[in-house]
Amino acid sequence: MNRRDTLKALGLAAATGGALMLGSCNRGTTKNGAAHAGRQQLPGVTDVEHERNTKLAEMQFFSAHELATIGVLADIIIPADDVSGSATDAGVPDFIEFMVKDIPSYRTPMRGGLKWLDVQCQRRYGNVFAECEPDQQLQLVDEIAYPAKAKPEMAQGVAFFDLMRNLTASGFFTSEIGVKDIGYTGNKPGVWDGVPPDVLETYGFESAWG
Amino acid sequence: MISYQIKTNPTVYDAIVVGSGAGGGMAGYVLANAGLNVLMLEAGPFFDPAKDAMQLRWPWESPRRGASTVRPFGDFDAAYGGWELDGEPYTHAAGTSFDWFRARMLGGRTNHWGRISLRMGPDDFQPTDGVTEPWPITYDEIKPYYDRIDRMIGIYGTVEGIRNEPDGIFLKPPKPRLNELYIKQGAKKAGVPVIAGRGAVLTEALPGVDGRGTCFYCGQCGRACRVYGDFSSSSCLVIPAMKTGNLTVIDNAMVREVLTDEEGQATGVSYVDTRDLQEHAVRGKLVVLGASACESARLMLNSKSAAHPGGLGNSSGLVGRYLHDSTGASAGGFLPQLLDRKRYNEDGVGSVHIYSPWWGDNKKLSFPRGYHIEYGGGLHMPSYGFLDWVPGVNHLVPTKDGAQREQGGYGAALKDDYRRFYGANVGMAGRGTALARYDNYCEIDPTRVDKYGIPVLRFHYKWANEEVEQAKHMQETFREILHEMGAIVTSPFPGPETSYGLEAPGKIIHEGGTTRMGNDPKKSVLNKWGQSHDCKNVFVVDAGPFVQQGDKNLTWTILALSMRTAEYILEQRNKLNIG
Repeated sequence: MNRRDTLKALGLAAATGGALMLGSCNRGTTKNGAAHAGRQQLPGVTDVEHERNTKLAEMQFFSAHELATIGVLADIIIPADDVSGSATDAGVPDFIEFMVKDIPSYRTPMRGGLKWLDVQCQRRYGNVFAECEPDQQLQLVDEIAYPAKAKPEMAQGVAFFDLMRNLTASGFFTSEIGVKDIGYTGNKPGVWDGVPPDVLETYGFESAWG
Repeated sequence: MISYQIKTNPTVYDAIVVGSGAGGGMAGYVLANAGLNVLMLEAGPFFDPAKDAMQLRWPWESPRRGASTVRPFGDFDAAYGGWELDGEPYTHAAGTSFDWFRARMLGGRTNHWGRISLRMGPDDFQPTDGVTEPWPITYDEIKPYYDRIDRMIGIYGTVEGIRNEPDGIFLKPPKPRLNELYIKQGAKKAGVPVIAGRGAVLTEALPGVDGRGTCFYCGQCGRACRVYGDFSSSSCLVIPAMKTGNLTVIDNAMVREVLTDEEGQATGVSYVDTRDLQEHAVRGKLVVLGASACESARLMLNSKSAAHPGGLGNSSGLVGRYLHDSTGASAGGFLPQLLDRKRYNEDGVGSVHIYSPWWGDNKKLSFPRGYHIEYGGGLHMPSYGFLDWVPGVNHLVPTKDGAQREQGGYGAALKDDYRRFYGANVGMAGRGTALARYDNYCEIDPTRVDKYGIPVLRFHYKWANEEVEQAKHMQETFREILHEMGAIVTSPFPGPETSYGLEAPGKIIHEGGTTRMGNDPKKSVLNKWGQSHDCKNVFVVDAGPFVQQGDKNLTWTILALSMRTAEYILEQRNKLNIG
């Protein structure tokens, strides 16, 4: 089978020109892929796996207040800029809601971390984190976002923020918005012929084999 | 309605093959193509990569974005299974460890493996250092089978002329990625050779092979290939064998034991349907076990009879003994020169583009044998956790404006760091020879059964000094290469308290040795054809027959040995010696 037949077998258009996309991929159907992923049983997903996904999707772990706080934090971690939207634009809170159900060991650190944050803010500013002024929120985040310079008494907050930051980055950069932002251009049929010549030149390599 | 009677199939098959991975698939393929009426039993469901592969899915099509919560290598990985299976436990002797990966599906673990296809060399079959026993066969005896596997299944690589890393019949190899060019450079300075990878991927059409597409470079072999562009037992062996009309596959069939007559000859097998728990018996003139090294050993040990009181074919007492995996250790970092790199599609193939074959001189080293190195990194498809490393290292290099950054952070600056560091990572992993030892073994746990009532395995496995010293050498080598290529090392140097990052036995998923072959029936389970010394119509074709694996991933050797065993079966049938 040659490459053309290969692409035909995949149900794809001719390799020249135009975007190649699998008919069954739902790219571009929703702004927020997280809300829909897992609802439909994809080919190759086993019944047991699908049941698990469905059950998790139907559960609700975070309260409305917790989810709102997650949204504020997520957008502090990944705000909109001139390249792309924010974490909440990419559906990060829904993703985090799913992940803590999927990985139960995240539940207490996340729930407790959010509460820790609220208690800190209530003591300092008389308000829970989500209700604080933006500059108050950033003041607190500054104390837990930099592990090397954080005060020892903030260590629990640092650990929570670390988890929150990782979940936010995962959720954002694996969304449609985030994949586009980070510039991943693969996941489609093509031909790999080594590092492009201009890139070889940039880095001073003489040939594709180095 | 479940009948509590055992249902017996009236057909007497010419051969019953247990398992559908590399070994079972090849045996089934050869026997069915020779016109035998073959029955194949697979413990998991049917799986056809053309329909069931998760290839070309986007991360957001998984609710967990490809995290490894459900499948150990993530949601898109092709393997149904893992180190833990619900209702199918295994146990350990105190103070020992072994992680047993099982894929329950047509094609077994060949659906998701790395497609790294290395031949074992002359010294792997006939060691010159006296550390482990020789195989009853030589490289020269196996070479014709390796050659035929190359032509039949397809492998890319380059002819290098390295004595113990034998060349094959190669398709063109994929060119290196950008980080791999730096690896080549750094490794050269560190005195470590780097050559083109050797992978079971069709980088060009394979002469004489129909029904398989060529690689279109999505880099996702681990998800299984919808155009059969790589080797899976399902796509290349079992499904084509079914088309001969001579191979019947029963899926969801967990084999309980091999049935024998009064003389101790195999008459068939019994199995349980994993969906309705109905018990079945099927009859065959001979039985070929390819259930995986440990699963085949378990089956033999569980098949006790008056003629085989210690388990089928176990008069030597060696079934389950000499269990060995590969060693494994890894390190990583990032290349500051690749920060803010230009974006382009470098998915490449899903197997390795480059690797380092073993280069060391053991006379100067504190351990026998060696390891090869596999490399990773680059602009890969985003998936769960792929940027977690960035906030931990973003302070190690100045910002674009030359300013000093604090570790961690948030906001626009951090968002930009994620973009900046993406694709600059580099990783390497050693895969080395773990010695086959009598004292590392699996046996039947006398007190435990799985959910089907089948007695389970208990493992006894400990690393020894040879493996630990090898891991230490790996870590030192990795650091040298990373340093020479100008990388910033981000993985801490693991000390003796963690055996230098040596992975637990079983983690590399290269286990073999449990039904070793040999010429002396007292010192081996099988003869040099993979035939049981005690029971002439029982054969083993997975990695159980391995006397000692080299630092070469097992699959190509499993395929070659299984082809050889299957052809021996045909020859013996013609001579009316068996079945």
